[in-house]
Order: sequence, then structure tokens, then C-alpha cells
Amino acid sequence: MILPEPNHHPDCNRPLADATLVACLDCDLLQRIPEVPPGASVRCPRCDKELWRHKADSHNRTFALTLAALVLYLIANTVPMLGLHAAGREAFTTVVGGAHQLWLDGQQIVAVLVLFAAVISPALQIGFLLLIVIGCQRERPPAWVGLFLRHLHFTRTWSMIEVMLLGVLVALTKIADYATVILGTALFALFALVVLLAAIQSTFDPREVWQRVRWAEPDAGVSQVENAEVKS
Amino acid sequence: MSANNPIAMEHGLQSCHGCGLLSRPAPGAEEGRCPRCDEELVFRKPRSLERTMAYLIAAAVCYVPANLLPVLTTNTSGGSESDTIMQGVVLLWSPTGWPLSLIVLFASIMIPSAKIVALLYLVFTVKRGSIQNNAQRVRLYRMVEIIGRWSMVDVFVDTFTVSLIQLQPLMSVEPGPGLFFFAAVVVLTMMAVESFDPRLIWDSASAKEIKREVQHA
Repeated sequence: MILPEPNHHPDCNRPLADATLVACLDCDLLQRIPEVPPGASVRCPRCDKELWRHKADSHNRTFALTLAALVLYLIANTVPMLGLHAAGREAFTTVVGGAHQLWLDGQQIVAVLVLFAAVISPALQIGFLLLIVIGCQRERPPAWVGLFLRHLHFTRTWSMIEVMLLGVLVALTKIADYATVILGTALFALFALVVLLAAIQSTFDPREVWQRVRWAEPDAGVSQVENAEVKS
Repeated sequence: MSANNPIAMEHGLQSCHGCGLLSRPAPGAEEGRCPRCDEELVFRKPRSLERTMAYLIAAAVCYVPANLLPVLTTNTSGGSESDTIMQGVVLLWSPTGWPLSLIVLFASIMIPSAKIVALLYLVFTVKRGSIQNNAQRVRLYRMVEIIGRWSMVDVFVDTFTVSLIQLQPLMSVEPGPGLFFFAAVVVLTMMAVESFDPRLIWDSASAKEIKREVQHA
């Protein structure tokens, strides 16, 4: 008997009946993701990519850490980061101030890149995470949670606070030869922010969110083609 | 179809890069959208090798002025002096500063060139249909992906050196033309990494496995 195709958007794919079946994103090997206890991870048997790490108490921990990251981000971008004391003069700068000076000196494109990697991307990363955890307060998070979660990877790729801090450290070493350097509050806030973002990375479990979120196309139906035979 | 290593593409299945869901295109369709997160789905990144090569060539071209042109110009009452990235590394070398000097040397000069060479190697081995060292090659790809961002470090060093040392007329530092090319190398190599599809590394092995099974049958 041929079942009637359900109503849906014409270019939408059909999910499989067996939701544990996945393909490794690095080698396309079909496999099932087994249930593992919190703290344990599932790796692709062929290429060793981590497919899932089950994180304990993901939602609550991520929520707390993200709120703390938001506060630190706001501090880091409003108070001075570095100061310089030389020849009876003092000068202070912030992250945005650094990009601004490059812009004034005719390096507009690099200035935009610095602003993007050190200010805009981290803001998007923290903002997206916050929206995701707020949406996940509900039993079935709304579909827009999926929209932000889908783009979270992009913000993480371009958010380079830890690289910037290393850069600041090197710049300080260079400048310390001619002037007294003053470390601003923002610098310490940035250090703490790097630690927090790493902690979020190890508490946030995207798979847990994907299993609960409302689908963009809830009426997609299930693929009527027989599932591939895969060893568990 | 290969029984030992079932491949999603061979079964007509696409996995989503946004959310990981496995799904099948609508009957008659080649590609579609993910029903869960609405991401566009493909079997393999389109024209992956060509796009990776294009970004790599652009990055290699920018690598030359990035290293030859000055990234910083220091103006003092005694005149002005311009430094390239390598000169910056040498200037940083001192009894206390040498670890940082090594970090900059590593992040600014060795990582970008190693990244270009590693990706070229991956593109060429995939083009040649190599089935050797697949696990090592995909590990190389992941390493390039992880450490690539650290080459941005020199852009930040120069940014904060410039913004702090503005003690006109005594001493001021301004960015040089090399900085733009250097930033371009970092961004272009990151885009090359993004364009490369690591699943291609495994595709020739799967193709050979199918061929062998067909011959045995």
C-alpha cells in the first residue's frame, strides 16, 4: 500500500523514522548514537570525530554561565582595558578604541575585522546562547531557538577573545620597554570571560536542545523509503 | 552498496551541518532543506575543492606582501622606522621576551604557511583519489581548523600597539600596508578551511570498496 505523502513544503527533506541514526559530519559513516551516561562521549568508529558528549545538567549550568558571561562582556567593553604612562602623559584604550585608531589611520578593513572578531562576534555568541537557554525554559522550545542554535557555530568560529588577549600580552611586552603600562579592569574581565566561554563550551549540550526543539517544518512526515541497514 | 562501512550519501541520505539530523530528499529532489532547522542540505559541499583552491591561491598571493611590507611604522622626533612581521619578532627577542617572540613567530609566520601547505596537500590527495592515511588526513584537517585562528594574534598586537602609542609629537605608531595583507591571509585561509569538505577524503575509499564488492558478486 502506498501511503499518501503528507502536506509540506516541496523542497523539504523527510526525516527518518529512527531518530538515533546519524551520519558522521567528517566522514559520512552511518551509525546509531547510543545513550551514554552524563560525561561520556560518542565517537565515530572510523574517523574518531566526537559525535556527542552527554553533558550533565546542561541547561541550568549553561544558563548561569551565560548570564555571568553577559555581565563580564558588558564590563569588558565599557571600562578602559589598557593604559600607558609616559613622559608625564596618560593614555587609555578599550577594545573598540583600538579598532577606532586603526580606522583613523587608514586601515578601515582591518579595523572592521578587529571589531568583528573581538567585539561583535562575542556579543552575538553570548546573545545567541542567552536566547537559546531562555527559549529552552519551555518543554518544547520554539522554532526560533533552532535558528539561533544553527548559527551559533559561525559566531564561535569568529569570536577570538582568547587570541586578542594573547595579542594584548605581546603588545604590552613591547611597550613596557618605553613606558609604564597600566592594566585596566576590562583586561581582567576579558580573562574571566575567556574562562567562562570555555566553561560554556563544556556544559552546553546542543544535541539535548535539538531533541526538544520545535521543528521548522513540523509536517515533514517520515521518509517512506526503507531505512538503510546499519550496524548498531 | 558497501556493507562494512555504510555511507549516508550512498543510501541517499543527507546529514544537516546545522543540527545533525539525517534526512532524505523529497522524491525526485537532489537537495532540500532540513525539516528540523531549515538549513539547506547537500550531499557534499558544492565545488568544495575548487573553492578551497581559489581561497588558497588568494591567500598565498597575499602572503608575500604580508611578509615583505611593514606592518608598523614608528614615528619619533628622530625620524620614522618601519617594521615587517619578522622584524617585529626580532625586536621582541630579549632575555625576558623570547617566549612571546617565539609565539608570534609561530602564530604569524609558521601557522599561516603550514595551513596553506596542509590544505594544498589535502586537496591534491583528494583529487588524486588517494585512499591512504585517511584517519591522519582528517586529523590534519581538524588541527588546521583549531589552530588557524591563532594567526590573528599579530593583527591584535599591532592594533593595540598603534592605539596605545599615540604620544604625539614625541612618539607615535601607525599601521603599515602589510597589516591588510596579513589580515587577508588569515581570513582567506579560514574560508579555505570552511570550504573544504572532509568527507571527500573518505569518498574514494568507499568507491573502491563498492567496486571490489561488485567484482566479487
